Amino acid sequence: MPTKLEDTRKVVLTNVISECEGFTSLWFVDQWTVKAQPGQYIMAWIPGLDEVPMSLSAIDEGGQSSITVRAVGEATEALSGLEPGDRIGVRGPFGNGYSMEGRRPIIVAGGSGAASLMPLVREMLSKGAMPTFVLGARNSTQLMFLEKLEKLLGDNLVISTDDGSRGYSGYASGYAAKLMESNGYDHVYTCGPELMMARVFLDAESMGLPVQASLERYIKCSVGLCGACAVGPYRVCVDGPIFDSGMLQEVRGEFGVSKMDLSGKSVRVDH
Amino acid sequence: MSKLSLAVDLAGFRLRNPTMNAAGVLGMSPPLLKRVYDAGAGAVVTKSIGPVPRTGHPNPTLMQVSSGALNAMGLPNPGVDYFVDEIVKLKEMEVPTVASFFGGSVQEFAEVAYKLTRAGADALELNASCPNVAEELGMLAADAGNVERVTAAVKAETNLPVFVKLSPNVTNIKSVAKAAEWGGADAITAVNTLLGIAIDVNFRRPLLTNTTGGLSGPAMKPVALRCVWEVSQAVEIPVIGCGGVTTWEDAVEYLLAGASAVEIGTAVMTRGIGVYGEIVDGLERYMAENGFSRVEEVVGLAHQAGRYTESSLDKCNIRV
Repeated sequence: MPTKLEDTRKVVLTNVISECEGFTSLWFVDQWTVKAQPGQYIMAWIPGLDEVPMSLSAIDEGGQSSITVRAVGEATEALSGLEPGDRIGVRGPFGNGYSMEGRRPIIVAGGSGAASLMPLVREMLSKGAMPTFVLGARNSTQLMFLEKLEKLLGDNLVISTDDGSRGYSGYASGYAAKLMESNGYDHVYTCGPELMMARVFLDAESMGLPVQASLERYIKCSVGLCGACAVGPYRVCVDGPIFDSGMLQEVRGEFGVSKMDLSGKSVRVDH
Repeated sequence: MSKLSLAVDLAGFRLRNPTMNAAGVLGMSPPLLKRVYDAGAGAVVTKSIGPVPRTGHPNPTLMQVSSGALNAMGLPNPGVDYFVDEIVKLKEMEVPTVASFFGGSVQEFAEVAYKLTRAGADALELNASCPNVAEELGMLAADAGNVERVTAAVKAETNLPVFVKLSPNVTNIKSVAKAAEWGGADAITAVNTLLGIAIDVNFRRPLLTNTTGGLSGPAMKPVALRCVWEVSQAVEIPVIGCGGVTTWEDAVEYLLAGASAVEIGTAVMTRGIGVYGEIVDGLERYMAENGFSRVEEVVGLAHQAGRYTESSLDKCNIRV
């Protein structure tokens, strides 16, 4: 029987690439993932350990797709340590994905957030839109996809580092606010630490710019049933992960403020 | 003909229509439950709340299987002392709320029930039947004597209607339902999920971290419907049907089998949160087209279906 997108498939890793300090891309071939929309995610299964939601960092590049993981916990450390030829399970893609809006978009990426934005950049370029891309990281060694983005975007790639080791010195959101003030952008896309995205949203709101932000929560079922990933009345797993301005306004009390832990308790968003 | 009403009364708990979400579905947070209510549900049911916080089992916790889902969430919940504030929020939003709950002992069940009652829940659903925590907590509904004892202890701590949710994973569900009724249950919810396993052929291991999980959705509907049929024959108290309700026809089947209301869960996966309103609308059309003005008139009708005789064409619904 042919597999469906919700079925778990075995994929063989074709390539494992260290992107920059702490970030590893896992490449594989999968019939459903190549049909994903930018911004969608898959559930990546490490049998015997865990299953975690991962944004697609590449969709159908020569028939291959990738996820890019940052080793922050047991599951992501296990994924980071895999080698070509190793096998994992995947199901999906799930979620809503970014929708292509605007003629002059600005993209604000922080840390691992660049992962979900890479396929969006490629889609924009293929449709003739040239985005400005703010790539933010703690320092110059953690700038994810730097070379790829330079090649794709040239001068439209701008860099900020928290410690000032490269580009603008300070938070990506601060740099983005300066750019948004004067450059006539008409749409804002952001993915990264939630506090950064909340700042970008506030600034964009004050300038009347529409926003799409990619939210992260504990995802368990991934099909909209269990409610573990709720933000306000929305489920990140199926109503998101991409929230537009209207949704963000509705969840203002939680976005950048609080999230549910694994037990359903509300805890502070701290990064 | 009197005006058509979908309202039902479950042991004093009045619902605008006979639909609710099934416990464990969308029940973690008040705003999401409000959305379920706004989508058309007659009332909402919270995630099962226990005495202390639980993070649940590690992923994978849910898998789609043929015509359904298999899940072993492992009763994640923030604990009753935290959740009382969520009940308060639901009541502030004027959402009729059934608090689902569980415990690891008779005493814990009673304590949690007491706290949820004080928080302002409108009714309680005693989860006697989670199949996914058997090793830790045991499955209460496997033993009729335990069900009666726990129900009685809970009833002593609350003045709210108590629905006892039973498991299909028993030999004789009628005796367990009877025990709940003897213990003072105000209604029976039939049923929780059906115990199952899914195995991945490539990795040659169970897909769920918990190995076994509970089967829900259309795949288990005939089993759940049979349980409702049997339970409604065994007890005098109302029965709430649960298991694979996906369309309004499913809901009507449950009413005809003897359920006074239905809980809808896995259908949200395939049809979205709008499924509540769709089922309510369909039920209303069915009642109007068939000359029913109140839901109670439909409840249990299939039990009265008589044998064909030339003088009973009407009773067999051959001639209307």
